[in-house]
Amino acid sequence: MADVARIVLMRLGLGLLTLLVISVLIFGAVELLPGDIAQAVLGQGATEETLAALRQELGLDRSAIVRYVDWLAGAVVGDFGVSLLNQAPVAEVIGPRFANTLFLATYAAVIAVPVAIILGIIVALFRNTIFDRVANVATLTSISSPEFFLGYILILYFSVQTGWFPSIAKLSDGISFFELLERTFLPALTMVLVVVAHMMRMTRAAIINLLASPYIEMARLKGAPGWKVIALHALPNAWAPIINVVALNLAYLITGVVLVEVVFVYPGIGQLLVDAVTKRDFPVVQACCLIFAATFILLNLAADIGSILTNPRLRHPK
Amino acid sequence: MAKKGNVLLKIEGLRIEAYADEKWFEIVHGVDMTLHRGEVMGLIGESGAGKSTIGLAAMGFARDGCRISGGSVEFDGLELTTTSETDRRRLRGSRIAYVAQSAAASFNPAHKLIDQHTEAPVHYRIRKRMESQEDAMDLYERLRLPNPREIGFRYPHQVSGGQLQRAMTAMAMSCRPDLIIFDEPTTALDVTTQIEVLAAIRDIVDQFNTAAIYITHDLAVVAQMADVIKVLLKGDEVEEADTKSMLENPQEDYTKSLWAVRSFRREQKPRPEESAAPVVEVKNVDASYGPVKVLEDVSFDVHAGMTVAVVGESGSGKSTAARCITGLLPPTSGRVLFQGEELPASYLKRSKDQLRQAQMIYQMADTALNPKVRIGEIIGRPAEFYGGLKGTDLKNRIDELLDMIELDPSKFYARYPPELSGGQKQRVGIARALAAEPTFIICDEVTSALDQLVAEGILKLLDRLQRDLDLAYMFITHDLATVRSIADEVVVMKQGKVVEQGPKDVMFKPPHHPYTDLLLSSVPEMDPEWLSTLLEERGVDNVGEAAST
Repeated sequence: MADVARIVLMRLGLGLLTLLVISVLIFGAVELLPGDIAQAVLGQGATEETLAALRQELGLDRSAIVRYVDWLAGAVVGDFGVSLLNQAPVAEVIGPRFANTLFLATYAAVIAVPVAIILGIIVALFRNTIFDRVANVATLTSISSPEFFLGYILILYFSVQTGWFPSIAKLSDGISFFELLERTFLPALTMVLVVVAHMMRMTRAAIINLLASPYIEMARLKGAPGWKVIALHALPNAWAPIINVVALNLAYLITGVVLVEVVFVYPGIGQLLVDAVTKRDFPVVQACCLIFAATFILLNLAADIGSILTNPRLRHPK
Repeated sequence: MAKKGNVLLKIEGLRIEAYADEKWFEIVHGVDMTLHRGEVMGLIGESGAGKSTIGLAAMGFARDGCRISGGSVEFDGLELTTTSETDRRRLRGSRIAYVAQSAAASFNPAHKLIDQHTEAPVHYRIRKRMESQEDAMDLYERLRLPNPREIGFRYPHQVSGGQLQRAMTAMAMSCRPDLIIFDEPTTALDVTTQIEVLAAIRDIVDQFNTAAIYITHDLAVVAQMADVIKVLLKGDEVEEADTKSMLENPQEDYTKSLWAVRSFRREQKPRPEESAAPVVEVKNVDASYGPVKVLEDVSFDVHAGMTVAVVGESGSGKSTAARCITGLLPPTSGRVLFQGEELPASYLKRSKDQLRQAQMIYQMADTALNPKVRIGEIIGRPAEFYGGLKGTDLKNRIDELLDMIELDPSKFYARYPPELSGGQKQRVGIARALAAEPTFIICDEVTSALDQLVAEGILKLLDRLQRDLDLAYMFITHDLATVRSIADEVVVMKQGKVVEQGPKDVMFKPPHHPYTDLLLSSVPEMDPEWLSTLLEERGVDNVGEAAST
């Protein structure tokens, strides 16, 4: 286990390093935006004096390196500066939005991950049958359709025509958890449809890939029935690729949901980011990007650790 | 040998088809077999003879892409070819068990040995889990595994190859089957380990009066194990007889040719004079993989036109020594000299000419040749790189090389490696090494993946090339029969050290270093009594110890 701890610590260190590099990129990208930030914020009618005052207020008169170090030092303790739109601290602007996004992602993941893995196991068991083909075509269709299209189709059938679920995921104070689940069901379902195919197909491929192994033949020759061969003998050795694709899709659920949020008017971080970009609210943009990057890195780190923990060679060294 | 009991397995006119290139073609053409309770039948033949396919058919099992297309397989009164798949499945593991060639690959890496052992008995409700665990420990003890009460709780990668093979035999015994199929169970093992496993299998089959089909390509091994031997060739039976008469008096020409294979010997060349400079000198080389020291003070010379065989068990450092010579693994200390000149430790620092002089031929021609590149290009690449040949010159050189390895240039030039047989692929590997015009070639277990007849062809070819081109060979092998046939000098390695070295004739004559003696005496002989005699000499309980000391 000492080895595992060492590997985990090393990955964690590498993750932090990656995050640092990304922070430079994010800061640099905002720096490179054409035009003058103060001008963009105040508009064409601003006078030289007000521009200079704003520049000084934002610290734009200082060198980029000084501002970067300043920004990073703040970010480390959760202080991303203030929003240029309403002067509220960025953390306060982002906080509730990010919580909403996390809620929706968790909702979708709790449905999508078990469904994808179980479906993957079943299609591996019934590989090359009609069931396998139907499941493959159906999931491929859902992954190939754009999210907003899927979203509108779901609204058409489950909301407009049947009235089962609300078409707008509007959140208001004081609604019960059950109401919350009902209101966000359609966006969650859209996201489930988008991510299930990828995870299911990887589960199927990872399992089938192992079926030619001598130990699978051995399991069959010991008389194990088909489902046992798959669930007990193939699956435990297939976790590493499955975990990786699950992590990738979880990250997508958090960082790639802008369109779904727009379709369902859901107040998540994706919408916030788009708004902030159009309004040149660069402290918010930077903070959102940094959060997305950290999410990606953390989930990939979790996947690495998961792969390590499911590998008996690493878990039980000689 | 007398029949031991009533008929257990009766196979008649068995035909098996395999699917390839979008059609079915027959690979087993009507084989009969009768096996009695407690009887051990040896199935021998080269690869492609259908041994494993027939062995699996005795379990009513056909691999993916194969099917039983005719004949009958009757196991204890039940016709397996017509009964339901569920019925067939219920026999597997419970009444017919299977022991695979590579235990390391056939144990599931994700589960402990004992959990895999108890799976079948628990599934069939023959024993409860705890009872089955107790039984496993008992079997481990009978099979003389170390720490029988604890070893089962390890994962496969924590246990050595020979121990895994015994654990797999124990697993096959878990439901006390009537029949066990042993599919080359010792082929992947060192000779010293092979003895332990052979002895263990023979004991346990005896103790429980289990019938067995023992599949192997090694005649000397089958002589120790079987009551009856059946010889197969390309899916047909050649002949069947009890072990003694089969060994003493084979009837068919093919059987006789198999028996004769081990007779290739080339004459040992006289030792070079003291003053003659060796082609390669390895001087006091140490090497390590990370913190693990794998070579310690290794020294030997290779002279022009001579073959130095480096022998030892797996993990003894044979291949590591080769990696040090080629510079793939820079030694931590010591020197490698080529024609009296010191070579830079790492291949990165060697000149093109230094690289050209030492070439390698690998064990697995399958993986050493790029499957997507034509034979002509594979051979032409080093000729172009080192010799600077182009156009017609290059084409002529490739034809010449193909002629040297006895493959027709007009037929093989444009073909791809997967279209070739194992022996032909190995020949291409040899031609690729020759294309660089080296003076020194390292042959790393070049014949161990080949059938005996094919291997003999490769050895003869290497011998002829050596005489024609005055090549120096370093021949890495664990097979002492190969050493006998082609070596001039022998270097015996153990745990990264050279334990003994000298001319072949001296090395094969006593007195030996105790380790050399152990290696030599562990090579199976055709005498059916060889194993019993050997075990008696060593003292049965010392089999394991002898191998580990």
